[in-house]
Amino acid sequence: MKPISGKALKYGDNINTDIISPGAYMQLSIEKQAEHAMEGIDDDFTTKVKFLDIMVVGENFGSGSSRETAPLVLKANNIKAIVAKSFARIFYRNAINIGLPVVELDTSSIDEGDELVVDVLTGKVENLTKGEEYQGVGIPSHVLKIIEDGSLKAYLKNKARQ
Amino acid sequence: MQMTLAEKILARASGKSFVKAGDIVFCKPDTAMIHDLLGPVIFADDFKELGGKIKHPERVVVIADHSAPPATVEQANMVKKTREWAWGNNVGEFYQFKGACHQLLVDGGHISPGNLVVGTDSHTCTAGALGAFGTDVGSTEMLGVLLTGEIWLRVPESILVNWVGEFSLGVMAKDAALKTIGKVGHGGATYMAVEFGGSLIRNLPLDERLVFTNMAVEMGAKTGLIKPDEKVGDFLDSIGKNDGEYFISDDNAAYREVLEFDATKLTPTLAAPHEVDNVYPVTDYEGQVLDQCYIGSCTGGRLTDFASAAKILKGRKVSKKVRCLIVPASEKVWREASKLGYLDILAEAGCVISAPACGACGGFTNGVLGDGERCISSSNRNFIGRMGSKKAEVFLASPMTVAASAIAGMITDPRNFL
Repeated sequence: MKPISGKALKYGDNINTDIISPGAYMQLSIEKQAEHAMEGIDDDFTTKVKFLDIMVVGENFGSGSSRETAPLVLKANNIKAIVAKSFARIFYRNAINIGLPVVELDTSSIDEGDELVVDVLTGKVENLTKGEEYQGVGIPSHVLKIIEDGSLKAYLKNKARQ
Repeated sequence: MQMTLAEKILARASGKSFVKAGDIVFCKPDTAMIHDLLGPVIFADDFKELGGKIKHPERVVVIADHSAPPATVEQANMVKKTREWAWGNNVGEFYQFKGACHQLLVDGGHISPGNLVVGTDSHTCTAGALGAFGTDVGSTEMLGVLLTGEIWLRVPESILVNWVGEFSLGVMAKDAALKTIGKVGHGGATYMAVEFGGSLIRNLPLDERLVFTNMAVEMGAKTGLIKPDEKVGDFLDSIGKNDGEYFISDDNAAYREVLEFDATKLTPTLAAPHEVDNVYPVTDYEGQVLDQCYIGSCTGGRLTDFASAAKILKGRKVSKKVRCLIVPASEKVWREASKLGYLDILAEAGCVISAPACGACGGFTNGVLGDGERCISSSNRNFIGRMGSKKAEVFLASPMTVAASAIAGMITDPRNFL
């Protein structure tokens, strides 16, 4: 899998699933729900993602509900990868299963707008703006195949074909 | 080799005699629970494309509870799609509008000690009060479980939380659960199992124990667990399904951390907006004016909750400034609370009793909050936008504190009415 290039969109700690994907809109299509992503803390999220496409966040990202709509609405907003100090476990699994790359890393020295190159498999992140390189934790080896196939659905489809 | 309760259950589920924290194991869940919000509405097409055959249909329980009863056409269509999928695939059980999924799994005998339960809802950890390993999965992951009958899990480290002593007047399991979360923190148990023990837990009835395991996920935990004992056995005997394996942690099992709490010192406790670990004594917020008081959900809508609320509200009236909503966790809870007269007492006091469902807890139906409104609730989350408007505030507290606050129309210590 090729490294992912993009620009950092920064948020803090404990961004929960009710912020990412508010329950009130879950009866709508993913595209419609995506218009409300993150609105609890940032009304401009859907504008910012046109320029900033790698989310860089703090501790415990995605805590709360098991709703897969959380990573789905971020993906629908063209977020290419998420780099967090730590993830809530259910969000981490869901993100992998729907094919949204995730890397655990100390994100303190990354600023909004920094140009990043994220290698999901090795967990290495290059900051082109600052000329720095950080070593994080990439995708665990036992789920590598899911990410390489694109999602758990694709993985299951490939497996069924074999 | 010594194992924790969590390790023993995952050893059984993966067909191994021994597993340890950190191992990745392929497990066969005993029960797979799917609800109307994150089930067939998301995966039905892919399910069909992938062969459309459930490996163990008898282990699958489908529940319409989040959009129940529907408040909009969109919600009604979600329930319809869920129902058609459940009936079309001969799943073990399908419930609609009978209550919140976690309580229905308990009431319906879908959880036995020693089981592995996976569900498309983060509070699937509730199952741990019966000595079962309950954990949440996403919709796509559930699709994998349906098709293959398996799931990979990392065996979690365990934190042991011991509660000793007895509650003083006006204090309940919810207060202790919030106190625990305040100490461990919002993400303090991420990836881990939290096992609750100690004399307090042993002496609590099953429905109060369920509050602790239900809220384990609010610390980031993969599951919450309580050693299954004769109280669990008595309950399962009463519904005619006592067939589990009563595992307990070995004496020298390895815990990542052991925390001790003394219930005797605990006073009524709340979580202030907008985090569950934002925990204070109720007295710190007394006098905050309210718009809504909510007693319900898979956390705070069981028999002990309504008995306690009725004790406070008996012969008193809900303030005209607020509305007090009662949402039993299940039809069975509804019937028992009715038979014992609690619902009458609550209705006499001016509470509104709704259908058993997830209700307003997740911002779906029956009492969502408007802009700038403030609510005190016996449910489990107070995140921004959780119960409706992103401009609303939610305080979490025990059913007794909610009942007392309903009388005063403002946040109130329940000891004022005892």
